[in-house]
Amino acid sequence: MRAYRVLLGSRMRSQTAYRRSFAFDILGSVGIGVVEFAEVYIIFTNVDVLGELDFAAAALLFALANVGFSVADMVVGHVDRLPAYLREGTLDAFLLRPLPVLAQLITSDISLRRLGRTGVATAVFAVALPLNDIVWTPATVTLVVVAPVTAAAIFAALFVCAAAIQFWLVEGGEFANAFTYGGAYASEYPASIYSLPMRLLFSFVVPAAFAAYLPLLVLLDLPGPAGLPQWLGWCTPLAAAVIWAVALAGWRAGLRHYTGAGS
Amino acid sequence: MYCCPTVRLFAAFVAMGFRRWSTYRLATAAGAFTNTVFGLIKASITVATVGAAGGTLAGYDAVTGATYAWVVQALVAPVNVFHWSELAQRVRDGDVAVDLARPVDPQFAYLASFLGRGAYQFLPRALPPLLTGALTTGLALPLAPLPYLLGAVSVLLAVALSFACWWIVNLTAFWVVELRGLITLYVVAMSVLSGLIIPVHWFPGWLATVADLTPFPSLLQAPVDVIMGRVEGTEALGVLAVQAGWLLGMLLLGRLVFARGAAKLVVQGG
Repeated sequence: MRAYRVLLGSRMRSQTAYRRSFAFDILGSVGIGVVEFAEVYIIFTNVDVLGELDFAAAALLFALANVGFSVADMVVGHVDRLPAYLREGTLDAFLLRPLPVLAQLITSDISLRRLGRTGVATAVFAVALPLNDIVWTPATVTLVVVAPVTAAAIFAALFVCAAAIQFWLVEGGEFANAFTYGGAYASEYPASIYSLPMRLLFSFVVPAAFAAYLPLLVLLDLPGPAGLPQWLGWCTPLAAAVIWAVALAGWRAGLRHYTGAGS
Repeated sequence: MYCCPTVRLFAAFVAMGFRRWSTYRLATAAGAFTNTVFGLIKASITVATVGAAGGTLAGYDAVTGATYAWVVQALVAPVNVFHWSELAQRVRDGDVAVDLARPVDPQFAYLASFLGRGAYQFLPRALPPLLTGALTTGLALPLAPLPYLLGAVSVLLAVALSFACWWIVNLTAFWVVELRGLITLYVVAMSVLSGLIIPVHWFPGWLATVADLTPFPSLLQAPVDVIMGRVEGTEALGVLAVQAGWLLGMLLLGRLVFARGAAKLVVQGG
């Protein structure tokens, strides 16, 4: 554990060393959060309800999904740089050290700049939560605390799945973006607006709906569209556990498939 | 006599750009796949929004709303809105000195290869999203040839304008070492104001005014409007004129900034 603390500390110091660059990075990250929310805002300047959600509910959905995704992006998002490590042969150095490769890759670059986006999402969350009509019981309180954590776990697992695929695809890494960034984008909107096949894809293959939409159905006591009954909202930790199992199995298979860069 | 070699040189650079990008077939397929998946999500959002607004919204019905999303997805790669930092990298590692030593104007050469890249990506990156759109939501595209002819001109102007904007963003590398944050900010502004995520016609008044003061709507909203026949006749020519105006302005500004940067670089290099 101490090794990781030292590694992480050094990364954080190096990222904040160039203050002006870091400020621009944070500003860019805040900008991404603002733009994503602007999309929801522009839609609701034209309509009152989208997929059975009003603006307050849609903002809460956006916030839950975005807090989860931005934290996952900060902690493990950089694993999508794996193709560069594969091509340059730098992964071989990781293989020589007595720590798990995935853990080394994750600690190699915790991207603090992405906190900007988390900040925007947290602000939207803080404003939207009291505007929604939620019956507070111990169960719903637990859910509202657990949901952002499981959302982050789900998106992090998707990033690891995507990285695992790179062992085979190297140049075709963008395929995986469709499911990591695409999944994050899909999770910011009510799953009820998608056609049934898409809704099932983004719930049971890429578990994006579990990150925010399904917990939201429980919080607001909404029935949910065809294929996504409300009780699934309680299964979010299970979905996170399943996708992590898939991700770790995929990662191990990928690492076994890797035969070195010849360095 | 002077014009012909210049045109031939430009064509040669365009062809080189085309050949260079045609090497990465798997990456092209992967990009087209991702554009298509995002198209599915965006079309769902536009269709749901139009539905929630009562069937029409700012002149879009369900099918034209979906078509908007699909045509934007088709143009995203050729117009290259998301990333271009080739020049910035060359400024940072000093290779730009080689560009300056060549007997060809750098902006002219890079513009040509940028257009070549766009030409290569046009069919393989545009057809998969359009076909998927035709099969899932249906597409509402005009039947007459004129919108496509004007559309081709509009797309060409958009690609060139995208280059002109990226050129200026890249030139800040003469003064700033790390461009990542600035590039993110540029993409952030572009993605709202160009109509990439939501048509500019759906904006509240103040935001539409902000968009009109930038070159961004000329990158995506303008070519999509022309291709879909939303603007026709003299109105379409007006849209093309606005695009051409932004293109000229941004190219000239880029020349000025490049000259300033290059002068500074020479001073530094001794």
